[in-house]
Amino acid sequence: MYDTIIIGAGMSGLAAGIRLAYYEQRVCILERHTTIGGLNSFYRMGGRDYDVGLHALTNFTPKGTKKGPLARLLRQLRLSWDELEISPQLGSEIVFPGVRVRFDNDLDLMREEVAREFPADCDNFEQLISQIVDYDDLDESHQRLSARNRLQEILSDPLLIEILFCPLMFYGSAREHDMDWGQFSIMFRSIFMEGLGRPLAGVRLILKHLVRKFRGLGGELKLRAGVKRLQVEEGRVGSVVLENGEVIEGRRILSSAGWPETMRMCDDGQPVTSRGPGKLSFCETIATLDVQPQDLGHRSTITFFNDWEKFDWSQSEQPCDVRSGVICSPNNFDYGGELLDEGTMRITGLANFDYWNELPEREYTLEKLRWYDRMTASAVRFVPDYRSRVIDTDMFTPTTVVRFTGHEGGAIYGTPEKQFDGRTHLDNLFVCGTDQGFVGIIGSIVSGISMANMHCLRD
Amino acid sequence: MTGEEIKEEILDILEAIAPDEDLTQIDDAVNFREQMELDSMDFLDIVMELRKRHRIQVPEDDYLQLANMNSTVTFLLPLMKDIQKV
Repeated sequence: MYDTIIIGAGMSGLAAGIRLAYYEQRVCILERHTTIGGLNSFYRMGGRDYDVGLHALTNFTPKGTKKGPLARLLRQLRLSWDELEISPQLGSEIVFPGVRVRFDNDLDLMREEVAREFPADCDNFEQLISQIVDYDDLDESHQRLSARNRLQEILSDPLLIEILFCPLMFYGSAREHDMDWGQFSIMFRSIFMEGLGRPLAGVRLILKHLVRKFRGLGGELKLRAGVKRLQVEEGRVGSVVLENGEVIEGRRILSSAGWPETMRMCDDGQPVTSRGPGKLSFCETIATLDVQPQDLGHRSTITFFNDWEKFDWSQSEQPCDVRSGVICSPNNFDYGGELLDEGTMRITGLANFDYWNELPEREYTLEKLRWYDRMTASAVRFVPDYRSRVIDTDMFTPTTVVRFTGHEGGAIYGTPEKQFDGRTHLDNLFVCGTDQGFVGIIGSIVSGISMANMHCLRD
Repeated sequence: MTGEEIKEEILDILEAIAPDEDLTQIDDAVNFREQMELDSMDFLDIVMELRKRHRIQVPEDDYLQLANMNSTVTFLLPLMKDIQKV
């Protein structure tokens, strides 16, 4: 009998596992896949290391910072700042027709850029910043207000509103067209006020630290251990039945599998409710170059682009929506003189799950090649054309996301309606991760920690 | 444990919770929250560390007693007087 069984060895499950194992619980993490990480993972192909998910960590704050999510999670997991080896970004940009707004880990750059491009909104932007600074994460009354309405009250130029939404939606909005004011404020702080960073070795470094810590504390991790169903008895999960037929028991279950996915595991016929899976999924192309991007004149860490004056954050009607996207170069962080061996350019854009899901296998492969070319052709309108320097490529689609994460519809950011308190209809079943609260690496880790603290530690 | 030993133990716990923190400058009469910017998660950790290390249960209503070093030592003294320092 375990004290806690955790479903999913992604960032949130591992973080929760560390908390519980540290306080001497018997903990088991069940991972359906052959490797850890979930939405933020890594793989090796053709002799090269690739990251999945990670463009950059948000919430980058320098060593010694006491406030903010990064400092909080380091303390909670007993990690030191140096262990994560996070290097800051060189600087990023948001590009719309005729407008370029640059930002880095010092908000003053963005202030200057907004003042130059949108002089009439200069003071309004300051007002927006002060409202975001004052936003209280714990005050739920403002959480669900429309960020779009709020921005329209404060800012006069609709283009500036679209420009601010673009990076924040790409990096974490499960909702189409709009964001909750609470989520907007938290994302604004995490990206524009704190900042972006990345470890030289990528996401694997973070995951390896988490797993080593979890195992070192006596935690058990079972790979290839998908959950078939949760056996419900008298309003509680009695036992967990694995795909391989094994039955294990725990006093409580913490699931990071996603809300609808977790409800479907319960064998009491619990309706999944109207809270269906999210509709927003992505395609991503990854190009390996025989040159550092900076040698091609590309210094930007992340370039968010959109080629018309509105930014359309909704399920793509095309297989991929090439009007907008995110171009990330992991080379363009300040690694203190060290360089990555090869250049990498990654392009991420919205994609239509149903289209990719319904393709027969042979056509799927061909379509991937076609859309790789279209996405790249769209992106090189905004960054130097690197196509002649490509030595290797890879690409993922919404169906790849499903295969590796189990998230229905390839919904990277999960369901639009979050379950902030992590509770379910069963007394000893809780959710953490993408469908509980916030997204991204830092958000998921904080979710795992806080749900473990709230529901699994105090008895 | 004596009051002085309890204080050492608390410093040790604080060091485990916040390894990057300089604890030599702690003022015993000033709230931890102000000096170290501890949040509610950190206070839960002080409680959990006491449970893990000494099997002491601190009820949630008594968390306020852990506001600063002096109040913490006063609160813990009767609970820890029979515990031997290791």
